[in-house]
Amino acid sequence: MSDLPETKKERVSLVEQFFILWDRIGILLAFIVVCILFGILTPVFFNPLNILNVIRQVSIIGVIAVGMTFVILLGGIDLSVGSVVAFTGIIAAGFQVKWGGSLFLSIVIPLLIGGGIGFLNGFISTKGGLHPFIVTLGTMSIFRGATLLVAKGRPISGMSKSFRFIGAGMIGPIPFPVILFLGSVIIAAIILRRTVFGRYIYAIGGNQEAALLSGIRVDRYKISAFTILGFLSALSGLILTSRLNSGELVAGEGYELDVIASVVIGGTSMMGGEGGVYGTLIGALLIGVISNGLNLLGVQPYWQMIVRGSIIILAVLMDKMKRRFRTA
Amino acid sequence: MKKLGLVGVLIVLLGALCLGSLALAQEQLTIGLSFPSLSMAWFGFLEQAVKEKAAQLGGIEVISLEAQDNVATQISIIEDMIVRGVDGVLLVPIEVEAVVPAVEALNKAKIPVVTVDRRIKEDAPVEVLCHVGADNVEGGRKAAQFIVDKLTEKYGEPKGTIIELTGTPGAGPAIDRSAGFNEIMKQYPNITIKAQTANFRRDDGMKVMEDFIMSTPQIDAVFGANDEMILGAIQAIEASGKFDVEEVVTVGFDALPEALQLIEEGTLDATIEQFPGRQASTAFEILVKYLRENVEPESKIMLIEPAVITKDNLQEAEKSIQ
Repeated sequence: MSDLPETKKERVSLVEQFFILWDRIGILLAFIVVCILFGILTPVFFNPLNILNVIRQVSIIGVIAVGMTFVILLGGIDLSVGSVVAFTGIIAAGFQVKWGGSLFLSIVIPLLIGGGIGFLNGFISTKGGLHPFIVTLGTMSIFRGATLLVAKGRPISGMSKSFRFIGAGMIGPIPFPVILFLGSVIIAAIILRRTVFGRYIYAIGGNQEAALLSGIRVDRYKISAFTILGFLSALSGLILTSRLNSGELVAGEGYELDVIASVVIGGTSMMGGEGGVYGTLIGALLIGVISNGLNLLGVQPYWQMIVRGSIIILAVLMDKMKRRFRTA
Repeated sequence: MKKLGLVGVLIVLLGALCLGSLALAQEQLTIGLSFPSLSMAWFGFLEQAVKEKAAQLGGIEVISLEAQDNVATQISIIEDMIVRGVDGVLLVPIEVEAVVPAVEALNKAKIPVVTVDRRIKEDAPVEVLCHVGADNVEGGRKAAQFIVDKLTEKYGEPKGTIIELTGTPGAGPAIDRSAGFNEIMKQYPNITIKAQTANFRRDDGMKVMEDFIMSTPQIDAVFGANDEMILGAIQAIEASGKFDVEEVVTVGFDALPEALQLIEEGTLDATIEQFPGRQASTAFEILVKYLRENVEPESKIMLIEPAVITKDNLQEAEKSIQ
């Protein structure tokens, strides 16, 4: 919003200034305030070990949220991510424990399947002209069922040491999942900000009609976004399975809510076209920090749910307000 | 014309289906299983025990449907079973009260129902042939007593800080296990209990434990109200490097195969065995006996006594045999 026309800038009121500032650093500010608050209330909060804990806990949701940012930027939504986590996780566990134990296959096949499911979500919703909400509601159920089918109703446990590195390994002092998470944030940011692909995503999300008229192949971009999300959900499935040392049947249940919340709290608009992956990073961290801080304080989980819900509504409300002031 | 053809095909198919199921019903018993969710290892195990018993008794078709831990789904599953004309229903109600109308419908259709593991609200105006279950409160007491004994061994008196990972808020077993556990613990003023729910899930167990490890300087014991949670907690303890798993007394609940393996390896100290296989097969047998020979069970409630499984009595656990 730095490129507001000069004439408008002169009439900027205090309230307006607040929302312009909020647009840029609001969520970061909120995050810092929450961190300082927890730091005062419970000194262990800023213990480096605890900080690594939080980022590692967040990385499982965060990796998916990075992918979800692409889809939401295009005005879409994906509810199937939790089921993809479970399904790809159980496939990975299957290759580890039941089908030969190849490290290569237990990583590559789940990632391909994840990407494939994402492609399917994108393909059906664009070519079939269906709202992705409905399509992914369907695939959410399909792949939860497929998980049970493959696992025959029981978790598959006992991964190899090399596979366990994905979720439990460290590179220096940094947990490997954190590297995967931050790596995917950086790559996504580069794609969104520095490539034609990224610019077109904002263009389509901002105004689909205009994008279509200017010859952008909208469907292709949408399908690509869903494929990226599917792939990253599978990556999250690998991290979770490796970390728990078990392909769990209930894995990923309810993840879609945390993922969408991270993206929205991070300032990406559900209408599409606005936001970015750094916001998502902060959004995911904020959710993780709140849960961690309240746990450290020994607060009942009921309160955690209430706090989280309130923050989601507040974030979207702020988003709406800043839009109103921008167009005013 | 096309539409008519399609309708015709559908009618023929439906007719065949009806005839088929009628023929089956005459030849053998059809028994419906409705469990909260087969995606939980526990119920998968119950289902398997029932199927084994059915194969052993012979001439019984078992229909098992997935309710996804959703009460509304479970009710409609039971309604579908009534329509389908099952001879009896083996039920694990998701919730004590909400399934009552479905059981009423079963009563009306004169289909006998036996509940396993979880009960229906006691004063509900419905007829349940028998309830076979575990004593979750007693299981909680036994887990607590085990920890108390271990701490006494260590310090000469029962004292220390214990983490209690409770189950899904509101779920019957979560309430009962915690009640039994705290009933014993209350008697020891030098024991501090820090409780938090981990929703019976392994990932939550791990996460909550990580946070406890940060916020608690000394942890003497951890009680997980199911094995999934204690397995997650053990991963967290091992990864933290702050506590030695061998030093911390860890107790789970359910005696899952994985937990038994950890007991054998010495990482987990104990788990509570409720003999789910025995529960399920006993319940199933009662139902079949009633249907075939019209024999009513001696009592309306059969509780199977839970046992503490440690390294010394591993062979007593049901699942280790498999």
